[in-house]
Parts: sequence; C-alpha cells; structure tokens
Amino acid sequence: MTAAVRVNRELAALEPLFSVNNVSKLYGPDKGCQQVSFDLYPGEVLGIVGESGSGKSTLLSLLAGRCLPDEGQISYLREDGQLLDLYASSEAQRRTLLRTEWGFVEQNPRDGLRMGVSAGANIGERLMAQGVRNYGELRGAGISWLKQVEIDPQRIDDLPRTFSGGMQQRLQIARNLVSSPRLIFMDEPTGGLDVSVQARLLDLLRGLVRELGLAVVIVTHDLAVARLLADRLLVMRNSRVVESGLTDQILDDPQHPYTQLLVSSVLQP
Amino acid sequence: MNNLIEVTELSKTFTLHQQHGIVLKVLRNLSFSVEAGECLVLMGNSGAGKSTLLRTLYGNYLAAGGSIRVRHQQQWVELVGGAPLQVLDVRRQTLGYVSQFLRVIPRVATLDVVMEPALARGWGKEAAKARASELLTRLNIPQTLWQLAPGTFSGGEQQRVNIARGFMVDWPVMLLDEPTASLDERNQRVVLELINEAKAAGSALIAIFHDRHAREAVADRYLDMQAPCTADQEFVYAG
Ligand SMILES: Nc1ncnc2c1ncn2[C@@H]1O[C@H](COP(=O)(O)OP(=O)(O)OP(=O)(O)O)[C@@H](O)[C@H]1O
Ligand SMILES: Nc1ncnc2c1ncn2[C@@H]1O[C@H](COP(=O)(O)OP(=O)(O)OP(=O)(O)O)[C@@H](O)[C@H]1O
Ligand SMILES: [Mg+2]
Ligand SMILES: [Mg+2]
Repeated sequence: MTAAVRVNRELAALEPLFSVNNVSKLYGPDKGCQQVSFDLYPGEVLGIVGESGSGKSTLLSLLAGRCLPDEGQISYLREDGQLLDLYASSEAQRRTLLRTEWGFVEQNPRDGLRMGVSAGANIGERLMAQGVRNYGELRGAGISWLKQVEIDPQRIDDLPRTFSGGMQQRLQIARNLVSSPRLIFMDEPTGGLDVSVQARLLDLLRGLVRELGLAVVIVTHDLAVARLLADRLLVMRNSRVVESGLTDQILDDPQHPYTQLLVSSVLQP
Repeated sequence: MNNLIEVTELSKTFTLHQQHGIVLKVLRNLSFSVEAGECLVLMGNSGAGKSTLLRTLYGNYLAAGGSIRVRHQQQWVELVGGAPLQVLDVRRQTLGYVSQFLRVIPRVATLDVVMEPALARGWGKEAAKARASELLTRLNIPQTLWQLAPGTFSGGEQQRVNIARGFMVDWPVMLLDEPTASLDERNQRVVLELINEAKAAGSALIAIFHDRHAREAVADRYLDMQAPCTADQEFVYAG
C-alpha cells in the first residue's frame, strides 16, 4: 500500500465517504431491500453477500443512485469536500457522479461497455466527458490502461465483441478506472468467468484497489471472492441485512443461523 | 508495569444453529495481561480453547463478553465491540498473528506473501524485499521457490513462509499458534531465535506450543486453560 493510501486510511477514521441511512425499496413483501444502514470510509472494500433474490443488486442500484428508494438517505462526501444528498440531487447530477467520481462494473460486460466502438474509445469516453480532447493523450491513456488490466495494447482499435469474456470484464474495469474514481460499485464482476480467468481478475482487482486506495462496494455470492477482496461484509437475506462485520470474522465465526448455513455449505471459503 | 495487552473477564461461546442450537462455552471469564518483552504460554488439553483464545484476541472470533484492551500507538484501544476499521488498523500496526496454517492466495508469489505486512505499513518495496529475503533465507526456503505461489509447497515449507510473514515487521503484541509444529529441529531453532529476538525487542507474546522443549525455551509465564467441565455443564441447548 502506498503512503497516500495509508493517509487515506488514517483520515478514514474521521469521516465516512459514503453514509447510508435506513434505505429501503420493496417490490413486494420482503422482495427488494429494506432498512439498510452503513458507513463506508475511503479505501474500504465492502462486500455484500447472500443468496439469489436476497436483494443484493437492488441495494447496489440504490447505492449508486440508479434507482430511488421508497425511503432513506445517502450522503456522499464529494472530492471538493461538499456533502451531497444523493436522492435530493437531480438525475443529471447523479449520472455525472457515476461517470466521474464513481464507477459501476456490471456483471455482464455487454451492459457496461459500448460494444460498437473500439477498446480505446471505450477507455477514452470518460476522459472526453471530462474535457480531454487531445488525441495523443486519449490514446496514451488507452494504451496505459490496457497494459494495467493485462490486455495487449495492440488490441486498442479492436471492438470489444472480439474479446473473450475475461478480457471484456477487464476492459470494463479499465473504462471505469481511467477517470480516477474514488468509489466503485461492482455487481458479481467475476460471475460469468471460469475459475482460472476469475483468479487472474481478482488478482488484478486486489492490486488496483490497494494501489489506488479505492473504496469499493462489491456484490458477490462467492464467499472466496469476498474473503479475498472485502474488508467488511454485509450478509443479506430476504431483503434485510442479517449480519455485518469484519470479513474474516463473519466467515470463520458467523453468528446468524442463515450465515452459518451459508458458510457451512461451501468448502473453506 | 508495562502492559501491552490487558484482557478482562473474556468469554467466548459458539451457538451452533445447525446443530439444534447447541451452545459451546469455550472461554469463561478469562483475565490476564502481558508486558513488553514477556511471553505468556497457553496450557491446556486439546479442545481447551487455546486457539479460540488467540482468534478471539485477534477479532477473528467474536467475543461474547469481557474486554480486550491493546496498547495501540500510545493509546489503549478496546477491541471487543470495536469498529471493523479500528480493528483492521490495530491489526496493521500493533497486533500480529501467526496462524497454524498458511492461507494461500492463488497466484500470489511467496515473496509477495511475506512482504505484505510491511507494504501495508507503507514500507518501500526495496526495504520490504530485503527484509523478506533475509527471513526466507534464515528459514531455509530455497531462493528458487520465492517467485512461486506457495500453494504447492510442503506443509513445513508453507508453515515457514507463514512464519516469515509473521515476523516481517515488529509487532508490539504477537499471537503465535503452534509456530514450531511440523518443522524439523533446525527450523524449530530458527523460529525460537526469532521469538526470542522479538521478546528482546519488547514485544508482548502470547503463544501455544505442543512441544515442551520449545515451550521452555521461550516461556516466561503460563496460563492454565483448564480442560472443559463435564458435558452437561458444557452443552446448553438454546430454546
Ligand atoms: N424491477 C423489479 N421489479 C420487480 N421485482 C424486482 C425488480 N428488481 C428486483 N426485483 C425482485 O426483488 C428481489 C431481489 O432481487 P435482486 O436482483 O436484488 O436479487 P439479488 O440478490 O441480486 O439476486 P442474484 O444473486 O440472483 O442476482 C427478487 O425477488 C426480484 O425478483
Ligand atoms: N469456529 C468454530 N465454531 C464452532 N466451534 C468451534 C470453532 N472453533 C473452535 N470451536 C470449538 O471450541 C473448542 C476449543 O477449540 P480450540 O481449537 O480452541 O482448542 P485448542 O485448545 O486449540 O485445541 P488443540 O490443542 O487441539 O489445538 C472445541 O470444542 C472446538 O470444537
Ligand atoms: Mg443480482
Ligand atoms: Mg489449537
């Protein structure tokens, strides 16, 4: 970890980056998510685990401001030091945030990439939105980020459709990280990949999160992924958070009956 | 008195919801403290709760009650009920734990596994590498293995990598779970040297050893964790 990240972590003791207060959105009785509260500090990685249908993706969409809650508030400490009330801000403001200080890595890279334009253009898009127009600079960033996510820079002019699933996922990560976001949301980022490709992607994510001091909220049903990446976990069941705490404590000494069942049904997460 | 860790009336129970809600009362009202430069050795039969105690001190297991206070950067910090971020900071700077087995991370090279605690404290890469190389050499891990992930190593090799990682930085308080088990005599000697060096440097150690010779080489005091009581006291069925 770099000195900057350490400073981040020390500051972290002071003020949360992202503060979630009693957020709910229900599609039906216990369908969706309800009464979720937590604070996220700079550089912290929070995992959300739980069975299919427990409300993980719903919660993530709410956190990222992609849909509005039935009730609850979220405040975000912007880079300029201002506190932003997420749900009180306009849709345009929220969209800008997601393209600048935040990022969102979709489970299906097709949803997070623009499939009709080159890898380089996918990476350059956020920079252009931030006003970078210089061709050399955009191309330089493209090459540098392809290298960082272990894609041959010679593929810069190829369309994402010609990439493997693992490469597409790495491209999606590069596309999000190029604008130096402070907070990234990820929904099952290793979901559709085979195990060896997954291990490589996780390795990459671990390194980037540490180097860049990113705060991350990552949804996964894979407890081994959670163990590897997350500092802290929320365990969800039937739309509620049933347990939360340090990742290794939740996995090695789960308290809630549901978490015990979840942990005992896999080999050594 | 220069205590670095103070434990008061610590208890730990496991409620096994999958097994009719059996409650195991493993630790009951334990109180002790350890000073700088001192090594407290935990004694007790298999199942007495020695490893459980170390894990509870580390925050890996959730305490059921009591207090664990650690001297962290000139201040006393309470770990029972502490915020995750605070516990992680204590783990990074103050409280080291050498587990019984290495937890292997896929694709991460031995050298990187060992360097990690130093990098987490903000050391430069070169300094960390120098220290890691020195420890791996002392622990007789051949240099040809350093760039490999330890997943395929023998049990003893993995344990030595684990120990190198554990001694990578100075810990004010250090927890050691059978660090000499599964090592040959030559490597056992190295580990005992490392432990005595940590004591001399002012660490407070809490350790478990099965081997009597190893125990006697480093212990200053013993904590008797008497064997569990009779079965009917031990098992409580939750409603
Ligand atoms: N837009 C919607 N309209 C109606 N119901 C929805 C909608 N989105 C989600 N739900 C319901 O809310 C519940 C939670 O769904 P969600 O997608 O959050 O689950 P999840 O935990 O992400 O599951 P998975 O692991 O399968 O992705 C489900 O029962 C789902 O059918
Ligand atoms: N995660 C856990 N969940 C449930 N019970 C546990 C857990 N960890 C330990 N125990 C129980 O706590 C008791 C004490 O175990 P522990 O591993 O602490 O013993 P020990 O003194 O270290 O023994 P040994 O000398 O054999 O290593 C045992 O009954 C064990 O089954
Ligand atoms: Mg989902
Ligand atoms: Mg033990």
